[in-house]
Amino acid sequence: MRQLLSSLHDRVTGPWGRKVVIGVPLVFLLVFFLLPFLVVMKISVSEMESVVFKDLLVWSDGVLQLRIKLANYLFIGEDELYLSAYLSSLKFAAVTTVLCLIIAYPFAYFMARSPADKRPALLMLVMLPFWTSFLLRVYAWKMLLADNGVFNNLALMAGLVDEPVKMMNTPFSLVLGMVYTYLPFMILPLYANLVKMDLRLLEAALDLGATPWQAFWRITVPLSKSGIIAGALLVFIPCVGEFVIPELLGGPQTLMIGRVLWDEFFSNNDWPMAASVAVVMVLLIIVPIALFNKYQAENSAGARA
Amino acid sequence: MRFNAGRVTSLGWMGAVFLFLYLPIAALVILSFNASPMVTSWGGWSLRWYEALANDVEIISGFALSLKIAFFTACASVVLGTLAALALTRFKRFPGRTLFAGMVNSPLVMPEVIIGLSLLLMLVSVQRALGFPERGMVTIWLGHTLLGMAYATVVVQSRLQEMSRSLEEAAQDLGCRPWQVFFLVTLPLISQAIASAWLLTFTLSLDDVVLSAFLSGPGSTTMPITIFSRARLGLSPSVNTVATLTVLVVGIGVVIASLLIARSERRRAQEMAAAYKAGGN
Repeated sequence: MRQLLSSLHDRVTGPWGRKVVIGVPLVFLLVFFLLPFLVVMKISVSEMESVVFKDLLVWSDGVLQLRIKLANYLFIGEDELYLSAYLSSLKFAAVTTVLCLIIAYPFAYFMARSPADKRPALLMLVMLPFWTSFLLRVYAWKMLLADNGVFNNLALMAGLVDEPVKMMNTPFSLVLGMVYTYLPFMILPLYANLVKMDLRLLEAALDLGATPWQAFWRITVPLSKSGIIAGALLVFIPCVGEFVIPELLGGPQTLMIGRVLWDEFFSNNDWPMAASVAVVMVLLIIVPIALFNKYQAENSAGARA
Repeated sequence: MRFNAGRVTSLGWMGAVFLFLYLPIAALVILSFNASPMVTSWGGWSLRWYEALANDVEIISGFALSLKIAFFTACASVVLGTLAALALTRFKRFPGRTLFAGMVNSPLVMPEVIIGLSLLLMLVSVQRALGFPERGMVTIWLGHTLLGMAYATVVVQSRLQEMSRSLEEAAQDLGCRPWQVFFLVTLPLISQAIASAWLLTFTLSLDDVVLSAFLSGPGSTTMPITIFSRARLGLSPSVNTVATLTVLVVGIGVVIASLLIARSERRRAQEMAAAYKAGGN
């Protein structure tokens, strides 16, 4: 009898626990992540009537009408502003990604080859800025780069320049701020990859007559491909839609789509337009996001094996 | 000779990157003690901006709100993130697993303007239909939790993957129910990862501007929103003092955390040694 009860108990709690473990986060994500996207898609094709969105489906005179307003999308396609904002966002994100890779790869490589007892401290030093406010660190660059900022003041005092060099509110300050902010996101996956590499492969290559340079390009770099891809996606995707950095460091000239969306929403109060801008932005980054999810899935599968 | 050149390059490169990472933080801290009303021209040491901060009602009330939101965000993110991490590591097959994994991971990279806008538009639609929720603390908390959950999942998931399951299996063999295995064995083993996930999501929430701006309502201005609007207008000494205090708190936190970790590792090593000795006898 007791056995029967206990097996009954198992049958109830086992799957029950499983249902909670999967169900609670799944429902949360469906309601607060997926559903909002569907709402955005709906609103992007809705007509506004003063402050209320009209329903897409309208029942009148016995006819069920589906009313979809595509004007916003047509406008995005025609208007110079949106097109160039999308293009320059992609451009700035790509430049930032490449610069991060150039700085981070040697750094992660040297870190992975440093003595094992020093690595945790180095890793800590890379992560530490991440724990202090991102907003304040971006603001710090404004302070350093401004016309009357720290760099210009020092250069003037030292007599290096006669008048302040214009650094703030240029593409330079924007890219600098993005590289600075996203550099740790590039370093960490590269380091995690390089530190696991089997060094005997390099020894074999050197024994077989490869120069260190050849061994690096033909063994180390190809083996670290997944780290490079992960780091590049972690930098590129959020950079495309970045808002705070262009707003604080980019000045009025540097156009980025995150700011366009923000202005449509907060300044123009045009919610359907903001929603359309968001939908097109998602379309632009959907492939990189899918790649990122694939990488995360493979990564966790690899760790399990 | 070549070895030396390599070493010099390596140290030089790492030093330059660390300088790049820490220079802005150092500048923030030093200039917060500037006596001059011009943020960037040095006028001697002074604590005047700290006095001004003590009377800055906007920042102080924003900070209180941000702390509250960050606390609840961290708690909710850790619970949801741990559940999601368990689901992803322990159940290899269930309907919708790919969608589930995609939804957990996407907020890590998804631009915040998109998350903020879509969550807000949904909440507004819900509010029109049902009359709640009002925009304010709760809606900000929801947005931060969505983001925090993604980070908490990654942290807890990597711990669950690297840890050996032998203890869980032993507990199961000895007759523990699944929930007993979880609370008596798994949870203590991942407690350190949960603690760091809590701290990480707490800091993320305390720092967030974009989601908060979309989801806040009248009267719920968090500290980052205030700082952001001041930074937009130009340089402001109050921002430097806030930054310095943040660096101080993070610094103290890191020192305490590493001391605690070192102590628990030492104790574990001692216990392991004792256990091996007892086993040997």
